[in-house]
Amino acid sequence: MSKLNRRNLLAISGGVATSLFIPVGAFASKGEEAITAFTNGQGVRKSGITLTSPEIAENGNTVPISVEAPGAVSIIILAMKNPTPDVAKFNFGPLAANQKASTRIRLRGTQDVVAVAKLADGSFVQDTKVIKVTIGGCGG
Amino acid sequence: MAKGVKPRIKVPKQATAGEAINIKTLISHKMETGLRKDADGKKIPRQIINRFTCDFNGQNVVDVQLEAAISVNPYFQFDAVIDKSGEFKFAWYDDDGSVYEKTKKITVS
Repeated sequence: MSKLNRRNLLAISGGVATSLFIPVGAFASKGEEAITAFTNGQGVRKSGITLTSPEIAENGNTVPISVEAPGAVSIIILAMKNPTPDVAKFNFGPLAANQKASTRIRLRGTQDVVAVAKLADGSFVQDTKVIKVTIGGCGG
Repeated sequence: MAKGVKPRIKVPKQATAGEAINIKTLISHKMETGLRKDADGKKIPRQIINRFTCDFNGQNVVDVQLEAAISVNPYFQFDAVIDKSGEFKFAWYDDDGSVYEKTKKITVS
């Protein structure tokens, strides 16, 4: 299933029949796979983590984001519709005053940005924000 | 070693023990994603900073794994807490194997 990227999916659908319905939703997206890989399939809670981002980003090349999850060991950031959804993984050491970090990211277009944090007790929390992007930032 | 790579760091010179210190870092780097094509239609190979670390007197503050979706000139802001004077050590790891390092001293009163 991992071989099924957009390019050969298009090739298949073009080759069979254009009217044939391909259930794309039946496959987990790369972003969802990355979340499952990080959480090991465990459930996530929707509280205890804050992802701060602009509602509208004019330039997808540099979108400021900030994430905070008290008690987190590590936090991953995913841009669900980027060619590669992984954005960054923050690991906090013993001298971190809090589990908060800011950076600037690239987004291909309007999409969900997801932050998942692993807490010290081994549980996971998640926050999702929609960011509207006027000009995409992946050179395509 | 890539050209034009310059780390910039903002750390206060003095602090009180146990206080959260805000640290801002930026390194000028092109962060080539590997997705862009040049004028001849050939893919430009990926070259990004793939890891950033900040340590204080040998103890870790933050260790970040970067992917291609981090913007040009990677910027990070975070807070550290320390109880004695010492030295912050910052390191950026390039895809081409080079490591850019910089240190900042801080006095705790």
